[in-house]
Amino acid sequence: MPERIEGLPELTKKERMKIARHAMPEQTPEARVENFAEVALGYTAATAMEEAQRCLQCEKPLCVAGCPVEIDIPAFIDLIRQGDFKGAVAKIKETNTLPAICGRVCPQEDQCEVVCVLEKKFTPVAIGRLERFVADVERDAGTTEMPHCAAPSGHKVAIIGCGPAGLACAADLAKLGHQVTIFEALHKTGGVLVYGIPEFRLPKAIVDFEVENLKRMGVEIRTGYVVGKTATVEELFHEQGYDAVFFGTGAGLPSFLGVPGENYIGVVSANEFLTRVNLMKAYDFPNYDTPVRVGKRVAVVGSGNVAMDCLRCAKRLGAEHVICVYRRTRNESPARKEELERAEEEFIDFRWLSAPLEIYGNDDGFVTGMKIQRMELGEPDASGRRRPVPVAGSEYDIEVDTVIVAIGQSPNPLATRATPGLELNRHGCIVVDEATMMSRSLPGVFAGGDIVTGAATVILAMGAGKVAARGIHDWLGKLERGEVTKPPFTSAPA
Amino acid sequence: MHTIHRKELIAPKFWRFVVAAPEIARRHRPGQFVMVLLSDRGERIPLTIAHSDPQAGTITLVVQEVGKTTMSMGELEEGGQILSVVGPLGTPTHIENFGTVVCVGGGAGIAPMLPIAAGMKKAGNRVLSILGGRSEELVILRDEMTAASDEITFTTDDGSFGRKGFVTHALADLIAEKGKPDLVVAIGPAIMMKVVADLTRKHEIPTLCSLNSIMIDGTGMCGCCRVTVGGQTRFVCVDGPEFDAHKVDFDVLLKRLRMFLPEEQEARERYMADHACRALEGVAHA
Ligand SMILES: Cc1cc2nc3c(=O)[nH]c(=O)nc-3n(C[C@H](O)[C@H](O)[C@H](O)COP(=O)(O)OP(=O)(O)OC[C@H]3O[C@@H](n4cnc5c(N)ncnc54)[C@H](O)[C@@H]3O)c2cc1C
Ligand code: SF4
Ligand code: FES
Repeated sequence: MPERIEGLPELTKKERMKIARHAMPEQTPEARVENFAEVALGYTAATAMEEAQRCLQCEKPLCVAGCPVEIDIPAFIDLIRQGDFKGAVAKIKETNTLPAICGRVCPQEDQCEVVCVLEKKFTPVAIGRLERFVADVERDAGTTEMPHCAAPSGHKVAIIGCGPAGLACAADLAKLGHQVTIFEALHKTGGVLVYGIPEFRLPKAIVDFEVENLKRMGVEIRTGYVVGKTATVEELFHEQGYDAVFFGTGAGLPSFLGVPGENYIGVVSANEFLTRVNLMKAYDFPNYDTPVRVGKRVAVVGSGNVAMDCLRCAKRLGAEHVICVYRRTRNESPARKEELERAEEEFIDFRWLSAPLEIYGNDDGFVTGMKIQRMELGEPDASGRRRPVPVAGSEYDIEVDTVIVAIGQSPNPLATRATPGLELNRHGCIVVDEATMMSRSLPGVFAGGDIVTGAATVILAMGAGKVAARGIHDWLGKLERGEVTKPPFTSAPA
Repeated sequence: MHTIHRKELIAPKFWRFVVAAPEIARRHRPGQFVMVLLSDRGERIPLTIAHSDPQAGTITLVVQEVGKTTMSMGELEEGGQILSVVGPLGTPTHIENFGTVVCVGGGAGIAPMLPIAAGMKKAGNRVLSILGGRSEELVILRDEMTAASDEITFTTDDGSFGRKGFVTHALADLIAEKGKPDLVVAIGPAIMMKVVADLTRKHEIPTLCSLNSIMIDGTGMCGCCRVTVGGQTRFVCVDGPEFDAHKVDFDVLLKRLRMFLPEEQEARERYMADHACRALEGVAHA
């Protein structure tokens, strides 16, 4: 598709409001549960421009305030209307490093779109779909321009973790002329974008494309390198000569339920299941060597984005009956609305107000079933949501071959534990100064993304990476002027 | 990419690889392992580091051909490359001068035992080793283990070498003759470690074992490797691989090891069928 075509005229406000929001072309539910290809097919240029025509070009755009990285939304949308797709994507990239990814996975319905003025009376402008559209046009055209990189500063920065936080931080530091190395524990780059989020929501080729661009900007990536094991942060500073270190290590530690029977074969964490399926491509076993088995009946515990991905992967792997077990109601489900709706279309059996009590297995150690307790909503808890309380005598059993536990992740302590003096909160998250993302206890060490906030979103991780890049740049300046020194690490690392 | 410096057959289906991995060699401590991935379509498997040479920048891995991945490793050539070797992972063995340490190694478990026995000896312990296998050629690394031990006993199931019987028989006799050692370290098939644990529990001898569960990432991210130790769920890749053998629920471990038996069988058969075809083609072309 060309990156510049003839635009559409500007309409009056009244005319704009008459246009209905354009639906996203999708694979039908029947077709898509048979494959791992992307569900959403993307707007055509004509649809995108008509959708762009809907935007009222507000003077005080609420959408911009709703965007965690404050993309100039009306400006990029107007460029789409004018047929200037290249200009539109350049506008987005002023503040967002990864538009093709964010356009697909951001919860726009809670961010820019929920506050769009059209939301109140009509339906909001499809900001996310437009963002995705222009990013795809640019990638398909093969004209992605490398950002200008400043002259080499002579400073080296180590980034731990190649998820959205690390990628965004690396890109901005490279632009500022610093020499960047990303250390990634896994053999592939992208963090949750490759091991967690499935192909049918975010094609891996898009993630690879972004990583390739980063390499072309001169960023070095070392995969299969576990900081805390292969080398410590102290060694990065004092033996390998890095001047600053950024933690973008995410929240990769799985939680389990703590109910009897949890170690039966067939009870897996969402991380294990998704890693097998997405990172190791077990859906293509035996063409790929890693196996996965779901059986006929699968229960997924939890109802966030991670749970939705597990439910939908299980369905695609051929499970006949896929059940979602969640102790609150649909209203409290933390998943993106769009993903919840798609899962509902994909024949998932949602059991709201249901909590697992016990997992049953056979003598060979395989899962056979689960005991479920019905719940009802009681008084609001600390989070303001009504607390689910058990309904006495309401237990019942279901038969299952697989149980996938998707009830949350916490930070992986491998790197933080091997960094003496690094202040963590009680959840194991790194405590930073929000303006610079620098550790409060170890100057020169920065952090951003899920390792700071706990499991959150791609855009927040990316935004934090960018703030940290600024903070690191300032720190390097101070280092140069002799105002600060690298952390000495007085106690020996573990 | 990691270059294979040396590859040799040390027993039927047992290969010793010396692989370039300078940073891993530098930090390796006894008891640690690496995750190995051969190719883009491969699976990640854990292999214990049998030896490391920080000067040469190499680590030694001993691999028994049991499944598709280990069988493909048997086909790799010296000078060839391994896509990914990650580590050193796991918590190192706690090595100090305990007094007398008995090292019980069975089959492929002898390889991970080697650095531990050597480390224990270096720390001043009297190291008494008992190595066993099904038959003579499966009792691997005999010279290396002899050098790392003060005394050594060999057993084979069929009596083809050393004394006939299991390592546990030899261990029971050793305890009867020499009294209780201060520590027993047992590494081998899960069933062997279970029997050793049962024996030493009776004698109240502290016992460590090293568990070989199925792993994916090896860094605590998936929970696939979890086992029950002292009634609690623990991850072998980060909390272990060594645990107090008296607290390990070996029944859970034994069952979990059978998790993917049908798939492993399928992969192995396809691999062998593939190779039979290629061998036949080779004949046809000759
Ligand atoms: C299944 C799933 C679905 C999701 N869906 C959505 C969605 O639709 N929309 C959305 O906005 N968010 C979603 N999220 C959340 C989002 O993916 C995360 O918030 C985001 O990826 C966090 O980015 P990060 O860079 O902080 O960490 P991660 O993406 O977790 O990356 C961290 C990286 O660090 C590496 N690492 C960890 N420790 C070490 C170490 N010691 N040495 C070297 N490397 C290390 C890890 O291997 C990993 O690659 C989803 C998450 C999951 C799991
Ligand atoms: S709030 Fe909605 S209508 Fe207003 S500028 Fe943003 S996208 Fe356009
Ligand atoms: S192998 Fe994944 S947690 Fe241990």
